[in-house]
Amino acid sequence: MALALALVLVPLALAAAAFALPSERWRPWLLPLGGAARLAMTLVAVSRSDVSALSGWMRLDALGKVLLLLLDVLFFVSALYAPAYLRMRASRDNRALCGCLLAFLGTSALVAQAHHLGLLWVAVEASVLASAPTVYFNRNTRSLEATWKYLLIGSVGIALALLGSFFLAYSAVHGGLGSSLLVEDLVRDAPRLSPAWLHAAFIFLFVGYGTKMGLAPMHTWKPDAYGEAPGLVGTLLAGGLTGCSFLAVLRFFQILQAAGQADVARQMMIAAGLLSMLVAGGFMARQRDYKRLLAYSSVEHMGILVLGVGVGGGAMFGALLHLLNNGLTKGVLFLSAGNIHRAYDSKLTGEVSGALRRVPVSGALFLAGFFAITGAPPFGPFISELTILRAAMRGGHGWVAAGFLVALTVVFLGMGANVLHIVQGEPRADRPATGFRDTALTVGPPLVLLGLVLMLGLYLPAPLRDLLAEAAGALEPRS
Amino acid sequence: MSRAVDPLLVVILLLNFALLGSSRLRAVINGTAAQGVALGALLIAVPAELSWHTVLIAAGTVALKGVLIPGMLHRAMRDAAIRREVEPVVGFIPSLLLGGVGTGAALLFARTLPLAPQHVGSLLVSASLSTVLTGFLLLTTRRKAITQVTGYLILENGVFIMGLLLVEAMPFLVELGALLDLLVAIFVMGIIINHINREFSSLDTARLTALKEE
Repeated sequence: MALALALVLVPLALAAAAFALPSERWRPWLLPLGGAARLAMTLVAVSRSDVSALSGWMRLDALGKVLLLLLDVLFFVSALYAPAYLRMRASRDNRALCGCLLAFLGTSALVAQAHHLGLLWVAVEASVLASAPTVYFNRNTRSLEATWKYLLIGSVGIALALLGSFFLAYSAVHGGLGSSLLVEDLVRDAPRLSPAWLHAAFIFLFVGYGTKMGLAPMHTWKPDAYGEAPGLVGTLLAGGLTGCSFLAVLRFFQILQAAGQADVARQMMIAAGLLSMLVAGGFMARQRDYKRLLAYSSVEHMGILVLGVGVGGGAMFGALLHLLNNGLTKGVLFLSAGNIHRAYDSKLTGEVSGALRRVPVSGALFLAGFFAITGAPPFGPFISELTILRAAMRGGHGWVAAGFLVALTVVFLGMGANVLHIVQGEPRADRPATGFRDTALTVGPPLVLLGLVLMLGLYLPAPLRDLLAEAAGALEPRS
Repeated sequence: MSRAVDPLLVVILLLNFALLGSSRLRAVINGTAAQGVALGALLIAVPAELSWHTVLIAAGTVALKGVLIPGMLHRAMRDAAIRREVEPVVGFIPSLLLGGVGTGAALLFARTLPLAPQHVGSLLVSASLSTVLTGFLLLTTRRKAITQVTGYLILENGVFIMGLLLVEAMPFLVELGALLDLLVAIFVMGIIINHINREFSSLDTARLTALKEE
């Protein structure tokens, strides 16, 4: 009881402290403090079997544990990056950034634990609103535009998700069920839910939460938001916030599976997944801004996640493993891209070259992150993508597997051309060094994340494998 | 469900068309306010038995959607000294046509969804979907930040109408959707509008075009 609430309330209290604390210099240290506290609590919570509160409205199940582990590792490691980064950006007020990131951390635990559809919706909305001001960190017209789009498109997604939640609630009313919107009750009584309403509900929920995930064609806010936000924020949005919306989709998918009505939903997810991968690949090839490039990579990997769930079987495990792999690798990429941005004062591919010479560690991390995210062995994403691919071929989804491979190739080529241009060659003479150097605090965190991605590729610890298998099992149809 | 429900829904649908067809911002904001008041009245008309709780939410809805938010929007309009929506992405006549097609499609789609006995024959579902669509049209085809915010409000109103089907079984869902979301979203957007205003000395989001693919 206490633990379930503490996971949410401790970061929120620290967020309030961040808004109250006057010192620009000391405030960023609240981030690693909050990250460490949450990671410690999460590790305890993950080892327990029954963490719940508010008479079942909040309960930490295997799916929630996977998301919490990802969020907290990612937050803690990238929070260690924050103090050094914010000292470089001392001209900007960091009050809103620190406060909102901590508030996001708190609300994300609410998403992970929410087992009531109303609470889940409130939690996702709160995490979106908490993260919006962080996109506006640079306080210029470009970041204003990005924030406006992020909020407006995000709010529409959130409104559609609420409409879908209403539809689902009505399917329970029509089925003559009680007024409970607890996931457990709905899963138990799923066969009695009205199928027509259930299908309509999933369409709105998938479009709504899919907008928040950034699936094509509702992804248009993503390049703007990730492109203009600091790399630190990009890490947490691309690795963490998208995972929150993915979890929301999974909760509803779970109910559909239990009702035996998931076939249409699975086809929708496969189609949306392939479309996202192909659209992202197309935009990557002609992308001239390497932070926007990473945003399209995020669109692609959200596509892989829903495609994996749509394929089902072994791909369900693969998709959940890929959630971890993608989140951690995005951390490597966004943080090293942030370093390169600082070292050149430009985020245009055409103006940045020779990163391996100017910032050798960050350049190498960016290159390694590129190979990892595009599915090269021996990194984690290779394993999870291979798992999804094999399940697609075994499950009789030959065309899906072929499309998956084509999209991965397009992405590899499109992203590779840009990344190689950035890291190779000599720095251009008209882009003088900005004085930024790789230091332990700016390259350490992405290095740790890369180590984790490498570990997930070589060796999956047994407890983590069991946890992922349990979570994937909850998403399978009931036998 | 009282007999006033369907006439109120028709009023809401007519307001949708009025909003799609008007270029004057004042008219758009007033139409949004009128729709807010109609929603409050609907909330009283739908439940079989009135409770104090419902009356309070209805009063809150009218205050928020009918008075407070339109007031904020009027104020933003005065501050920015703009009166008209100019050159929408999709013109006013095509918007009306699209709205008509959308309402027809909403009616057809709603007929495929089975209703619980107490709701059979009601227009609630089709009115909800049609209003969501109107909001979406306004949001995507208008250039002024204020019109986009009203578009979002209309979209929310559509979601709210859908919530009325649940007002007896799960009353808290309605409160949650209508009030909390609106308050926060508009509050945040209001701040942003102020910033857009300062940065661009206008409320035209068409100037927000630095970020796009070549």
